[in-house]
Amino acid sequence: MKKGFFVFLASCMMTVTFAQSEKYIKAMEALVPAVDTTRTMEGLTELSNSFERIANAEKTQWLPYYYAALCQVNMANSYFQLQQLDKIDPIMEKAEPLLIKAEELEKNNSEIFCLKKMFNTGKMMADPMNRYMTYGPAASQALETAKGLDAGNPRVYLLEGIDKYYTPEQYGGSKTQGKELFAEAAKKLGTFKPASSIHPSWGASQVKYFLTLE
Amino acid sequence: MFVFQIGFAMRHFNKIWLFFLLAGLSGSAAAQVIVKGTVKDHKNNPIAGASISIKDSYDGGTSDSSGRYSFKTSEKGTKILVVSYIGYKSIEQPIKLEGSPITIDASLKEEISELTAVVLTAGTFEASDRKRASAVLDPIDIVTTASANGDITGALKTLPGAQQVGESEGLYVRGGTAAETKTFIDGTLVNNFFYSSVPNIAQFGRFSPFIFKGTVFSTGGYSALYGQALSSALILESIDLPEQSSANLGITVLSANAGYQHLAKNKQSSWGVSYGYTDLALAFAVIKQKQDYSKVPAYHNADANFRIKTSKTGILKYYGYLSSNKLGFTSNSIDSLGYFDKFAISTTNSYHNLAWKENLSKRWKVNTGVSYTNNKDEINSGMQDAGKNDVVLSGLEFKKFHLDTKGNYFNAKLVLEKKLKGLSAIRFGTEYNFSNDKLVYTAFNGQKFPSGLKEHIKSLFAEADVYATNDLALKGGLRFEHSSILDKTNIAPRLSLAYKLGKGSQASLAYGIFYQNPERRYLPSPNELSFMKATHYIVQYQKVLNQQSFRAEVFYKKYHNLVKTGNTGFTEAAINNNGFGDAKGIEFFWRDKKTIKNFDYWISYSYLDTKRDFLNFPFAITPNFAAKHTASVVTKKFSQKLKMNFNASYNYSSGRPYYNIGYDGSQYKFNDRGMIPDYHNVSFAINYLPFIGKQHPKSYAVYVFQVSNIFNIKQTYGYQYSYNGYRKEAIVPTSRMFVFIGAFISFGVDRSDEVINNSM
Repeated sequence: MKKGFFVFLASCMMTVTFAQSEKYIKAMEALVPAVDTTRTMEGLTELSNSFERIANAEKTQWLPYYYAALCQVNMANSYFQLQQLDKIDPIMEKAEPLLIKAEELEKNNSEIFCLKKMFNTGKMMADPMNRYMTYGPAASQALETAKGLDAGNPRVYLLEGIDKYYTPEQYGGSKTQGKELFAEAAKKLGTFKPASSIHPSWGASQVKYFLTLE
Repeated sequence: MFVFQIGFAMRHFNKIWLFFLLAGLSGSAAAQVIVKGTVKDHKNNPIAGASISIKDSYDGGTSDSSGRYSFKTSEKGTKILVVSYIGYKSIEQPIKLEGSPITIDASLKEEISELTAVVLTAGTFEASDRKRASAVLDPIDIVTTASANGDITGALKTLPGAQQVGESEGLYVRGGTAAETKTFIDGTLVNNFFYSSVPNIAQFGRFSPFIFKGTVFSTGGYSALYGQALSSALILESIDLPEQSSANLGITVLSANAGYQHLAKNKQSSWGVSYGYTDLALAFAVIKQKQDYSKVPAYHNADANFRIKTSKTGILKYYGYLSSNKLGFTSNSIDSLGYFDKFAISTTNSYHNLAWKENLSKRWKVNTGVSYTNNKDEINSGMQDAGKNDVVLSGLEFKKFHLDTKGNYFNAKLVLEKKLKGLSAIRFGTEYNFSNDKLVYTAFNGQKFPSGLKEHIKSLFAEADVYATNDLALKGGLRFEHSSILDKTNIAPRLSLAYKLGKGSQASLAYGIFYQNPERRYLPSPNELSFMKATHYIVQYQKVLNQQSFRAEVFYKKYHNLVKTGNTGFTEAAINNNGFGDAKGIEFFWRDKKTIKNFDYWISYSYLDTKRDFLNFPFAITPNFAAKHTASVVTKKFSQKLKMNFNASYNYSSGRPYYNIGYDGSQYKFNDRGMIPDYHNVSFAINYLPFIGKQHPKSYAVYVFQVSNIFNIKQTYGYQYSYNGYRKEAIVPTSRMFVFIGAFISFGVDRSDEVINNSM
């Protein structure tokens, strides 16, 4: 009887901790799919704020920091497409501490290095003539590390593909090779199993978009 | 023990059960609370995208374009609401969540940060990678400006405020002489920034532009940290650790050089050496020079450096430089037909600079450095007959002389800075400049006239930066100097102010008093001299928006106590400080990197109205180094397809006055005067960078092809007169057009910006 009570108590305790992480997972599950579909500045700001709230409340989870930074980097990319280059630095200034926090909590993760690659490329795009010597190598090094840590990560091929696709041919770029990499990314996305429902699995909508390009 | 624990648990079981029951009940029974409101800035404009959150919970929202937000929360009781937005100070406010909707309006104050704060820009052009309003140039612009020929001051001459003076080196700024501009490397004064003067041929700067990461060119109103310059300060900051170890080679039509930079494995220190040899023989064989060279200019340059990180924020840097150069030429003598004037100079120069900067605790910062220069010039002047034999002509004996000068210079500077709230700071320190000049003049008859001059200038300075808000910045300073040779002291106040007018636009003001010793050649003087003085007033408007910048500046500069010279029998010597003058003008600068893709250009224009009475001027006149209108257009086009940079520039200057002032036995008067024609110069450069786009290239080669004065336009810098004043001759460049071809290869590190010969 006594033993029975103990078991019951222990299971109660477990429910308490589990309930908490269930709340976390539920909150994250509600947000994570939006990462792949949100494109507007307003939407990305809101999404980033939501992730940041979770990050600040949890403090020990790397994923909300990672996603908050990812949303900021995606915003910087949008500003690059709009050629509003002076907007990039202030956004990156916000993304950087989030990225650093994520890496402090989770070392040697391929996804974080993918994000680092995107961060450095974004910084470079704000002023390519003066920054390609510092941010360029940092970006390609981050991507190499990401690939080394997990060659099965579809985002590695997506990012590689974007680089290849948009680099002019005389600089070693190639639309065909870019497409091949997008196809590879699509294949990898088909088989890629994220560690959980809230681990990074984004990329499908972008890959689809790039595959339709001529 | 175990039993006890179980017993404890049992006793509390009811309570725990009750807790869960209640928690479950409250969760389902109570409705969520709505929190809403508006977020605005201190000017009452809505802030979109602000984050509103309940601390340590997931609940919160984001403000929309009208600043409004609204969210539901299931939190209960007293909580803390956090409102934050990038560039603004976050606010935290306790709220009571009791079921009924609550409205919280927030007003955020801007955070004073380097990214958003107004910058003191009056009179300042900055070339650096720091993204701030004063940085109108990038470091790479210094070397990719076609008319600059890889020379720092060449690039700065395309900016408003600087004159297109071609007959002698230096920066002539806003009606000032070249001596009124002083150069500082890592804070300390540089004494021989240019190669020693040669009559009517402008000399290059000694230092490669690639050893500097930041350039600040002040055309007036600069900080109390700098003194002894009436017009302008050129402030250079040397590079820190290199990105990686590398070796590099350069071969051009003029020179060959090789260097090595080593970065320690732990990336905490580095060292480097380089050597370069420049010989103009080949170039002069192809491009005909006006002069007949007996010794074609040849330069040996060697330098060495080390850099050590003394902490996360501190670095100790050494740069040492050694050079030796020689040249000699003859040109048709204007004084006596059929004869030649002979000029030869040989110089050795060494320069050492040691600088240390470190962030100390409690927001203190130290910046200190010492520099030492040793310079020896040996000048031989004389005349030759048609058979190139040395001769001494009666009445022109003074043209034969030998001049030996030896200079030893030591400079030290210490600046302490304490950062206050936000960007506000106080700075103070001391500077010491020592010079010891020795000169021996040997006349045609062998008689020697030695002279020497020792000078100590001791300075104290203090300044404060005050940032009340992001929109208003103020810098006030005081500088105190004592000169041992004049045995006089001065106190110079400086003030500048900047106010943000709107997005990207700002207005700035600067005021200051500047003192400078009379030039060394007028010292020691038989008459008592004092400091020369200039007062600057500058008003500036600037607008910088996404890859475009516009600047307009109006200035007024008043000169007092300029040195006047008089005839003291044989020579001209300083007699008093009764000279005066003024300069006023308006300047414009426009740069656009945006309108045309991969095309970058800037346009600058200066209007200058200046008169002065100094040296032997009979009365106040526009000096021969001041043009009314000066303009430059600089363009840079990068072709991705060809992997080539096409840089072109056009420099224009309206005619400058020229004078022949002579002494008639009682006073100075004009023997002749006039205006030189307008000056035009179009330069063009192509840089080919074949490695671009290669993955992991092993070497980086840059090929340079450059033509100055591409249209072969005749350029006249002024006139020189025969001793008797009867004959005059135009001062023109040594050759009209000049073509430069070179290849630079670097192994191990990307030096693609190293596009122009750095030993030139």
